[in-house]
Amino acid sequence: MEGEIEPVDCASASKPPRLEIPKVPDDSEKPIAIKRLKDVEICVPIVYGTMAFHLGRKASESQSHRWTVYVRGATNEDIGVVIKRVVFQLHPSFNNPTRVVESPPFELQECGWGEFEIAISLFFHSDVCDKPLDLYHHLKLYPEAESGPKSTKKPVVMESYNEIVFPEPAEGFFARVLNHPAVVVPRLPAGFVLPTPVPIDSVHEKGRGDTKNHPLSHWFMNFSEADELLKIASARQQVQAHIIKLRRELNMMNGLPPPPNPASGHDYA
Amino acid sequence: MDAKDILGIPKTQLPTTQEKKSRPQKEPQRKPDGISREVYALTGGLAPLMPSIDVSQLKKRPPSDEKITWQWLPFTNSARKDNLQLYHWVRVVNGVPPTGDYSFAKYNKSVDVVKYTDEEYEKYLTDPMWTKEETDQLFELCERFDLRFIVIADRFPSSRTVEELKDRYYVSRAILIARAPSPTDVSGHPLVKDPYNVSQEVERKRALSMVLSQTKHQERKDAEVLAEAKRITDSRMASRAAEEPEMPVASHVGSESADRAVVLGDTVSPSSNIQLPSATVVPSTSIIADSASTLASLRMLRVYLRTYALEQMVQAASSSAGLRTIKRVEQALQELGVNLKPKVPTKAVCAEHLELRKEILTLLNLQKQLQYKEAEGSSYRDGSYIDMPGTPKRSQRAGDQDRTFVPESINFGGERVGKRDQKRKGPGRLSEAPSSPAHKRPRKKASDL
Repeated sequence: MEGEIEPVDCASASKPPRLEIPKVPDDSEKPIAIKRLKDVEICVPIVYGTMAFHLGRKASESQSHRWTVYVRGATNEDIGVVIKRVVFQLHPSFNNPTRVVESPPFELQECGWGEFEIAISLFFHSDVCDKPLDLYHHLKLYPEAESGPKSTKKPVVMESYNEIVFPEPAEGFFARVLNHPAVVVPRLPAGFVLPTPVPIDSVHEKGRGDTKNHPLSHWFMNFSEADELLKIASARQQVQAHIIKLRRELNMMNGLPPPPNPASGHDYA
Repeated sequence: MDAKDILGIPKTQLPTTQEKKSRPQKEPQRKPDGISREVYALTGGLAPLMPSIDVSQLKKRPPSDEKITWQWLPFTNSARKDNLQLYHWVRVVNGVPPTGDYSFAKYNKSVDVVKYTDEEYEKYLTDPMWTKEETDQLFELCERFDLRFIVIADRFPSSRTVEELKDRYYVSRAILIARAPSPTDVSGHPLVKDPYNVSQEVERKRALSMVLSQTKHQERKDAEVLAEAKRITDSRMASRAAEEPEMPVASHVGSESADRAVVLGDTVSPSSNIQLPSATVVPSTSIIADSASTLASLRMLRVYLRTYALEQMVQAASSSAGLRTIKRVEQALQELGVNLKPKVPTKAVCAEHLELRKEILTLLNLQKQLQYKEAEGSSYRDGSYIDMPGTPKRSQRAGDQDRTFVPESINFGGERVGKRDQKRKGPGRLSEAPSSPAHKRPRKKASDL
């Protein structure tokens, strides 16, 4: 049984609002004109979501679960190369509901009893983008099926896969992340002059920003692109086959209009 | 009648006879006096808002102090040149016949056709294509027929098109200008103000005749193309308004495409014999435009989420589709076992997903076309052959392959449940069963999500 115990008025619709097309500041206002690479679209695949453990015997009325909300690289690489900090906006019933995480791993742990929508704002490094990107995630504490005693060992995990797309990255940014494993760089057009790759140095002192050895990593969900691609490809094939069939029929009808055949076994009452 | 039952009021008469009684009673009451019933019925049985006929005046007699007689008297027409005398009835008041000219004489107007002298002809009007005799003949006919060029063209001895004749006639404009002491004197004259443009006229008439001779099919197509063009320009303007002003190209492209689309409308008709419906052509041009503008606006963002991009592109692709169609696309996706929103939205997955949606749209369009064709061809309305998903009709699949009348259709997005099934026992339709998920209840899909 899942349900929102307290009416959460901050979490409006479950659908995230559309990104407003921002007013991009005029580049000429900046002292240095930023050179952007057109036709080079780079992206950062991420996974974000929550993991909630029931506290079992230690649970109280107001604190039944311990949960973590996080943003990680989809392949568990360090996304701190692109993201400077993440702001998690929690339900107002929490103290200081605006939580800022300044370095990877970008996560936050809390205790509570209610499910609500968490707003996650990604802030990028200055050479990447000066506007934040917003994500929304619904904190899930209770599993789908009412399966007997709640396990304290097995968390309720809810993750979403997405990709942060930079359609025209700045040259400096591109050079910096060209070889970083967290960033997906496409096959570059022929004759493209590669900027000299900047050696990757960890921007943060706190140690590694990747989540490969994260304590909860074995609960992370698997996102297989191949499965979905296969499914869609097979669906397309079917649809295409039907289109061909219908087109043939239509052409036949246009060529030779068939006489209406009343004796075709219709059941008209 | 039920209300009466409830209230317990006894019914005195059958409802039908009551209605019949009341209606004839109403009509004679409403008909006004003064004009006959038939005449009144001409107005639709309703009185005009502003009474044009004052009813009380209708039956009035003429003032009795005047003595009116009608006499059969001769008359002459000043418009005639031959002093022909004819007779007609004249209303004579107190023995005095009416004075004045024949009342229709004032309508005898004629056109002022320019008359040139021979020297003027030599000076201004010589033309390699025209002999003097021909020109004289032309002008004489013009005078005679009051510039009714169709008639003139008909009577003209040598065969010339109306446009040629007109062109030649309007050369008299040159005479006027030449005659005038100064250009400004004559610039107000209609001949001078609006010069005759032969090629434009020829083109205009050709286009007009094409438009008038269009078949209904062509008309519909043209309307479609124009609507699409309008939508393209609108969406372009909208995306232009949303984008930065650094995209001036779009506006030019927008107006150009609008013009081109209008011209397309003219030139499409001659090729009306090409029967390939390719209905996807018309929607796809607008889809391409919407997608292009969406892509452009996406590129203007410094950063965005892949799912956002997909949402925008899906919206652009379905811009020409109504809400019901969109629902049917989603239903089809569900039946095919595809997530409405991809679970792993990588670039490749999103691209494939978008293409799949477009293809489903195409498929639905084709199904609709097929329906319309059927409705046109068949003598009875049997409506849609699209079944609801999940109906237990699998057994009927195999044997129905060679029915020519009934098209095989996919049971995506059926519209009405229940009733359709009952009528649909005979002809089979191809139930979609690529793999088991298609026939499972959609509810089960939720667990996949």
